Parts: sequence; structure tokens; C-alpha cells
Amino acid sequence: MYGFEAMTFNIHGGYLEAIVRGHRSGLLTAADYNNLCQCETLDDIKMHLSATEYGPYLQNEPSPLHTTTIVEKCTQKLVDEYKHMLCQATEPLSTFLEYITYGHMIDNVVLIVTGTLHERDVQELLEKCHPLGMFDSIATLAVAQNMRELYRLVLVDTPLAPYFSECITSEDLDDINIEIMRNTLYKAYLEDFYKFCQKIGGATAEIMSDLLAFEADRRAVNITINSIGTELTRDDRRKLYSSFGLLYPYGHEELVVCEDIDQVRGVMEKYPPYQAIFAKISYGESQMLDKAFYEEEVKRLCLAFEQQFHYAVFFAYMRLREQEIRNLMWISECVAQNQKSRVHDSVVFIF
Amino acid sequence: MAGHDRRRGGGCCPAMDLMRSEEMQLVQLIIPMESAHRTVSYLGDLGFLQFKDLNSDKSPFQRSFATQIKRCGEMARKLRFFREQMTKAGISPSAMPLPRTHVDFDDLEIKLGEIEAELVEVNTNNEKLQRTYNELLEYNLVLQKAGEFFYSAQSNATAQQREIEARQVGDGSLNSPLLIEQEMSTDPSKQVKLGFVSGLVQKEKSMAFERILFRATRGNVYLRQAEIDYPVTDPVSGEKVAKNVFVVFFSGEKAKMKILKICEAFGANRYPFTDDFGKQMQTIEEVAGRIKELKTTIDVGLLHRDNILKNISHQFELWNNLVRREKSIYHTLNMLSLDVTKKCLVAEGWSPVFATGQIQEALKRAATDSNSQVGSIFQVLHTREHPPTFFRTNKFTTAFQEIVDAYGVAKYQEANPGVYTIVTFPFLFAVMFGDWGHGLCLLAATLLLIIREKKLSSQKLGDIMEMTFGGRYVIMMMSVFSIYTGLIYNEFFSVPFELFGPSAYACRDTSCRDATIEGLVKIRRTYPFGVDPKWHGTRSELPFLNSLKMKMSILLGVAQMNLGIFLSYFNAKFFENNINIWYQFVPQLIFLNSLFGYLSLLIIVKWCTGSKADLYHVMIYMFLSPMDDLGENQLFPGQKTLQLVLLALALISVPWMLFPKPFLLKKQHQERHQGQAYAMLQSTDDDLLQAEQDHGSHEHEEFEFSEVFVHQLIHTIEFVLGAVSNTASYLRLWALSLAHSELSSVFYEKVLLLAWGFNNIAILIVGIIVFIFATVGVLLVMETLSAFLHALRLHWVEFQNKFYEGDGYKFSPFSFTMLSQEED
Repeated sequence: MYGFEAMTFNIHGGYLEAIVRGHRSGLLTAADYNNLCQCETLDDIKMHLSATEYGPYLQNEPSPLHTTTIVEKCTQKLVDEYKHMLCQATEPLSTFLEYITYGHMIDNVVLIVTGTLHERDVQELLEKCHPLGMFDSIATLAVAQNMRELYRLVLVDTPLAPYFSECITSEDLDDINIEIMRNTLYKAYLEDFYKFCQKIGGATAEIMSDLLAFEADRRAVNITINSIGTELTRDDRRKLYSSFGLLYPYGHEELVVCEDIDQVRGVMEKYPPYQAIFAKISYGESQMLDKAFYEEEVKRLCLAFEQQFHYAVFFAYMRLREQEIRNLMWISECVAQNQKSRVHDSVVFIF
Repeated sequence: MAGHDRRRGGGCCPAMDLMRSEEMQLVQLIIPMESAHRTVSYLGDLGFLQFKDLNSDKSPFQRSFATQIKRCGEMARKLRFFREQMTKAGISPSAMPLPRTHVDFDDLEIKLGEIEAELVEVNTNNEKLQRTYNELLEYNLVLQKAGEFFYSAQSNATAQQREIEARQVGDGSLNSPLLIEQEMSTDPSKQVKLGFVSGLVQKEKSMAFERILFRATRGNVYLRQAEIDYPVTDPVSGEKVAKNVFVVFFSGEKAKMKILKICEAFGANRYPFTDDFGKQMQTIEEVAGRIKELKTTIDVGLLHRDNILKNISHQFELWNNLVRREKSIYHTLNMLSLDVTKKCLVAEGWSPVFATGQIQEALKRAATDSNSQVGSIFQVLHTREHPPTFFRTNKFTTAFQEIVDAYGVAKYQEANPGVYTIVTFPFLFAVMFGDWGHGLCLLAATLLLIIREKKLSSQKLGDIMEMTFGGRYVIMMMSVFSIYTGLIYNEFFSVPFELFGPSAYACRDTSCRDATIEGLVKIRRTYPFGVDPKWHGTRSELPFLNSLKMKMSILLGVAQMNLGIFLSYFNAKFFENNINIWYQFVPQLIFLNSLFGYLSLLIIVKWCTGSKADLYHVMIYMFLSPMDDLGENQLFPGQKTLQLVLLALALISVPWMLFPKPFLLKKQHQERHQGQAYAMLQSTDDDLLQAEQDHGSHEHEEFEFSEVFVHQLIHTIEFVLGAVSNTASYLRLWALSLAHSELSSVFYEKVLLLAWGFNNIAILIVGIIVFIFATVGVLLVMETLSAFLHALRLHWVEFQNKFYEGDGYKFSPFSFTMLSQEED
């Protein structure tokens, strides 16, 4: 039915698409970032943000501010917007919106499990969790001792349950295990989300498959780089790559055998879209890679708004807002620690 | 300037404030630093100066008074905190007017800080107490409910025991006693110690809680739950939630650890509990005693807090106003630019000329009040910028001016259609809404608003109500006029009355029941005012009224359009634009009047002479075959010659409108540029500078002939076609008036009279109710709206496009009175 969304899309999705486009126009602009980068104190940041859409969320904060408060309040705004949209959404958009949060859910599960492993206080860990990835029994995760228990006790009730099928082992949890679990879950999640988008079809499928493929490829690169020098076998490594994306399947075969970052680079440079990313960074460097990937992602997300009548705008908006909050966090952190020269290191301009 | 004064009324009559917007000037103030705050504050009280932002390139926190604004923001936050606390405690800020004591800003800041700290402390203490109190309450509940479990379990057990014993005695079986013996005498060392945990869990989580417990311990638990009938305050969040009391029985240390963790994860509060009955009673008593104790402590704490809040509430409004004022003052100060010496602030802004004295006086007062050695300097700047438009309106004219402003704010000092709108708007409305019964209803409603004006203006109204209230004087005028036109139409809820004497007509003989116009003869003098009541219900009522209203609409339309054209003359005269007078105003006037002015003349002649000439025919054949004889359609001698002359004039005036103006503008432009070139050759350095400045401001208005010509072409076409279509557009006056009277007569005859005809009280009552609702809903609300909209359109499009540019911007002075309105 590609091309015919225009006829029926607005019946259910029109209102929310308008809402999300309205939200998007509230994103901070380059001028805002310029002003924010000139701030001297966190109060200046608050003052500047009070003129933006974050205003109502920050205005009742007493004056000695902390970076965490700013980030928390900004996230609160995102969560409120998300909840509003979810309330208004009908199928299949509501499922689509729920899919967006599963990534956070996986991160939260991993956070709690790792935290308990290192004997942190559960309450403290809960505060660190992303509010979008919360579910009812999340705190109970602390009880679990191994993967099987984790699944049987808690996760069977959550939407993540089906993703677990590949990583149920009775081994005790340790750091490596957890990291593998995170990546396996993420892989299953991305594949599921990809399939779901294909099922929706139309422009949504087209744009989302592009965005998700990018996400999958980025994860593949990150997994490869992070696993260099660990005891992870090649087969294990291959198992963690998602089974779609630009690199699938031939790129994966090459990534599996990579032993250092320059080899990764060699593999990636064969793919034109990623050539530009790697052209920006010098040989042997992996620090700036994250930023380069983020910049590329933001560019792609912004492009999603160029088309109408599809759901990818919701995904793009949530991602952009998260990037914006990351930017704010970095700026605030730099301002708070008097490291203003480093402000531009990690800020990804959205417009 | 002298010329200006002459034009503004010439001294003989008061200046027409509403016709031309106030004369404005760009002023520059140089204010010494030490008196800046006070000066701005006084100017805010005065409210006649619109400051220009001289620092627009700076971000808000780089401006000179950013810290003060931050302080204000902080204070505003504290005040919001107080307000929140007050609403929580159910104390409203007292509205009683306080003596305007002067409160120092810095003192207030300290005071607010102190009060906040005190409040926060009291609150935390209270919270702590409240928490313990709630915990105790929960504990109490657990004790009661869990006690019940144990009690019922015990009684069950004893009953069972007794049963078994009874059986034992009765049966005397060999096997059973042995078994019991075995059970009873199990080795105490092997016996698993059964532990239990009791507490409260949220009701909605209880299912999941149970499930997780079951899974975690592989079913080796025994859980009992009991609902609490009323919501319990949760000690941690302080919110009322529905909860369940639970008791979990388990065996083993490991299970205990798990259960404790799960309890923690579910936010279930655990409380110690003993299975010994005596101890239970003891703890219950203890808890009850402590609850009583805590209750009194909490009450004292609350009382203390309420006292603090009450003290705040007396001064809350005062403080709030002060903080808002301070904030706006600093915002304004941020718009001023700092002098190089950093000792003065330079302000620029627009002010009306008449307020010069007041502003200077305020500046002087501020200088003396703040003991400044130097006063502020006030000087008028000359500029080519367009000044803002400012009309001094009162509560009556505001709404009408708003109708005009909704279309576009008048260009600086151009003729303001608002003046005429005050009368023409309600009048055109009334032409469409002519029924004095409905008019009276509307008048009564709007008078109610006007009488309660003072009370209503101070309180918050709903969206629709606010709009109605804002336009109350418009509605009043509309209703008065519709009473007037209703009397002319002779309709009172569509019923005619013989108010101004008996009807002029009567039946020729007694048999004329069918009431055609032929059956009636004129027996008296013409009915003195409005439509003769006898017309109503006759077969020829509609043709007669239609002809009357249609012709009247044309007359009104042509009159209003002519007024618009004349206003364009006044504008041209005022701005000394002769080209517009001779090549726009004159041909336009000739064109409109040679066609539709002539039609109006014919209508009047026809009315006066009672001729039966067909005006459509006359108008149409005036164009199609102007040389033909008029025949029986001739109204007056020489009509044909007149028509030929008028037609020729109309045809001439079209190119007259189109061609000369662009060429003349081009010539004017060239002349101006030549002059400049000469001046530059002869001038000294000083003049050169001046000329350069002049040139600079001219540069952007580069003359593009083709553009000007196309613009004029469009303008001409629009006017020529518009003359026809606008005149036709005024026929809506007739159409809506017809619709209104037909609708109201339908409601009257088909509802009220029909119900009356049944001679049944119940039906009559139903009929009256339906009639009232139809009248109010359809005629008074919907018809008012539609007639309002049509009147609006006639003003915006048909009237204002003849002269109104409406590309100005509104004067928005810095004023404290605006501040309080903004907030709400």
C-alpha cells in the first residue's frame, strides 16, 4: 500500500504527527546552543532554558542547581510528552511507541543487575534508571542470582521476555555475562523492531529500516571494537550482530576477524555511507568515533521529518530529544566543572 | 509643526483623538546610574514610554542586570512555593487592601529567604512526625488484621484438634492415634523453623507480589492477605493508597532473605509481629498510646505552620506585586545601553507628544527622590522610522477599535475607520437583525453585563463569556439599533403592532377575508413611521419588503463606500499626497458614482415619484445599448443624455486611475535624485554627511517602475471589479434580514400559534418552551453571530479596502497596569 498512506493516515495518526512536529520545533537551535555555551554558571543555563520549552520544568527549582537536577527535569519533560503521546495513540502506533522504550528497558535491567552484583543500594540504582524504561517489578531484579532466575522471576512479565530465549543459561551473573546479555537482548530487540516496522509497511518501513539498520551497524562496530582483546570468540562475536543492516552479512564476516581498530576501519570504508564517518577521524583513534556516529545519526533523524505520513518521526523525535538532553548534560557538566574549553567536544548540534 | 496643529482640529473643536493616532516622538533619555531604577519605576507608573531594546544582540544573561533578574526569579519561585503551601493548607491570600507601605527589595529578599527556610524546616519536621505517625497507623492495622489471621487459624486448628480427638475417642481406631502421635512427636531438632513476615503492600501490586513470592521460593510460602477497607496514607510518599495487610510464612534463612528483598522491591512496609497473644495486646496498647501522643505533637506543628502561612497570606499579594514590578523594571533596564563612562544609562523609546511634560516631570521627580546630583536628560530624536500607532480609547470605544485592529493596526496617523465603525457597525448589524423584540432581549442581557461591570471585570470569566463581556458596549449599541430598525420593519417577534397610530389601509368592504392588496383601500394618511402593519400576512408582503430592503441595502452600501473613498481623500490630504487625490480619489469617486451613485439616484427618484420603471432594465441597457430609447422606463426628462455622460465619465476614469500615477511617481523619483546629486556637488563636508545619511535611508526604496505599474494595474482592476461586486455584496443586508424575519415568523406561527390552536395547557406549555428555546438558541445566539460576522465583513472588506492600509504596529508602553493583566 506504499503511497496510499496520505489517504488514511490522518484518521488515526494525524493528530499525533502534528503534536510530534510541534514538539520538534521546540528543540533547541544552534543559537540556543551558542548562548548556552557562553554560560558562566548553572544558573545562567537555567535562565536561558527558562525561555525555552524547558522553562516550566525548571522554574521551581531552588537556586544552587546541580547538573543532575537539570538533566532530571529535562528528561521529565520528555517522559511527559511521551506519555501524552502514548495515551493518545491507537494501534499500531501505540505498539510502535512502546517499542521505542524497550531499549531503555534493556539498559535499566542491565544497570540494576550490574549494580546488585557490585552490591549497590537498589534505591540508588532505581534513581539512575531511565524513566522511560521502567516497569513494575524492576526492583525485584535484585533478587535474581543467575540468568534463568532473572528470566523466570521478573522478565517473563515484561515485553522483553521473548528476547531472552537466546541467553538463558544457569551460569552465575558476572560482568562479561551481563554485557553479552545486553547485546543479545539488544540484537533480538532490534530485529523484532525491524520486523514490526516491515509489517507496518509504507514510508514507516522504508525510513525506519534505514534508521534501524544504521543503529544495528553502529552496534556491530561498537561490539567489535569493545571485544578486541577480550576472550570473546569469533563465533560468539558473530552471534551478537543483528541479522540486518548494511553490513549484513558480508560485512559481519569481515568484522568478526578484526583484531584492531584499523582493521575495523578498513572494513567500514568499503561502505560508502560510513566512509564519511571514518574520514573524519584519524587512524587508530576510537574516542571520536562515538561523536561521529552521533552526528551521522542526528543527520538521518532530522531527515525523517522531511516525509509525512509515517511513524518514524516519533522515533526520530525521541532520539533527537535524548541527544539534546545528552548535550545539555555535557554543557552543564562542563560549566559546573569550569572546563568550558571542552564544551564543544561532545555537543552534537541538532540543527 | 504649525501645519500639523491646524490639521489637528485647528483649535475650534477638540482634536479628533480617535481619527488620527496620537502623534509620537522618538525620545532619548540619558539617566544617571544611581537614579535609573527609580526613574524606570516612575515611568512604569506613568505608562507612556515604549522602550526600544538597544541590546538585542546580547543574550539574556550577558546583559547588565541579569543577576537582579535572577534574584527576582528566585523570589518569585519562593512566592510560588508559599502559594502552593497556602493552597495545600486551604488558606487563600487575603484580598483586603493593605496600606501601600514601602517594602525594600533587599529586605524583602532576606525576609522571604528566612520565611522559606522556616517553612521548609517546619515542613520537614512535620513530615518526619507524619511519617512515624503513618507508620504507627499501619502497624496498628497489621496488628489487628494479622491478629485476626492467627486467631481464626488457631480456632480452626483447635476445632480440628477437637474433631480429631472426638474421632479418636469415638472411633478408637488403631491407625489414627499412631499417626497423630508421630506428627506430634517429631524430633524438635529436625523441625523446620517456620518464620513469618508481616506488613502492608499496595493493593494494585498485591497480585504481582504474590506471584513473585511464589516464583522466588518455588511455592514454598504461605501468604495470607486481607484488604483494608479504606485508603491508608503511605508513610514514604504521603499519599493515600489502598493497601493490603499480608503475612508470609516461610521456612529457611535463604527464603527469608529473598522475601525481604522482594518486600523492599515492592515498597512493602514490614512490621514486627509476635504470635504470642499477650504480647500482641501489649504492643497494641503501646502503639495506641504513641499514636495519641504523636497526634497532639503533629497538631501543634500544623498550627504553627498555619500561623506562618496566615502571616504570609496577609502580605502575599503585596510581595507578589512588588516582585513582579521589580522584575519588569530590571527587564526594562536591560534594554538600555550602558554609556561609555558606565555612569549613565541611555534609553531610547517612543512616547506620545502630549506626554512629554509628564515624562519630564517624572524624570525630575526621580532625580530629586534619589538625591542624584545630575538630572536625567530628555531629548527628542529625529528619525525616519515608522512610529507606533496609539489611540487613546475608553471602555466604550475600545471594543470598536479592537474590531478594526483585528483586521490590521492602522498605519501611523492614517484615518482610523474605528470612528465610523462605532455607528455604522451596529447599524449594519441591525439592518440584518431588525426585530425590536429580539433587540429588547439582547439589550436586557447586555445591560445586565454593564450594570455588573465593576464586579465582573475584577473576576475571571470563561472564554466565551470574556468575549461577550469585552464586547458589551458593542452589543448594547447593536441591540439599540436593532430596536430602531425593528420599529421600522414593524416586527416584534415577527408580530406587527400599530404603535404609531392605526394602519392607513382598510378593507373596501367587509368581505375581503383573503387580504390581498387589491381588497384594501387607503383610508387614512400614510402610517407615520416604518412599515404599515397591514402589510404583514398579505400575499404581496414578500415582494414589497424585498424590494424595499434590497433598494435600501444598495443605498446604504453606496453611501458607505463613498465614505470610504472620501476617507482616502482625507488621508491623501493629511499626508500631502496630491497624486493620490487627483489620480486615485477623483477617478474612483467618479467611477463609483457614475454607475452605482446613479442607481441610487434612480431608486430615490422612483420612491418619490412612484414610477413603475424597471431599474434593472435601465441599468443593464445603459451598457448594452446606450443609444436606445428608454421608453416607459424613463423616470425624468434628459435621462438618456445623463446616462451617456455618466457612461463616458466611467469609461474615462478607468485609464485615469491606471496610467498617470506610475508615470508621475517615476518623474518625482527622478527629480528627487537629481536634486540630491546637485546638492552633493556644492555641499560642504557637513552637508555631505547629511546627504549621505539621507541617501542611506533612501537606498532601500529603489524605484522599480514595472513593479509600481503592475501594482497600480492590480489596484485599478480591483477597484473596478470591486465596485460591482462590493455593491452586490451589500445585498447580504437584505438577504439576512429576510432570513431573520422569515425564521422568526416560522417559529411564531408554526410553534406558538400551532400549540395555541390545540386548546390544551400541556401542549401550550411545550409549545412555549420550544418557542423560547428556538428564539434564544437560533435567533438570539446564532443569528446574532451570523449578522455580526456579516457586518464585520462589510466593514473589513467593502468599507476598509477603499482607504485603509493597516500596516502599522501597536504602541505597547512599559506600564505596571499592563503587568497585572498579563499575569492572569
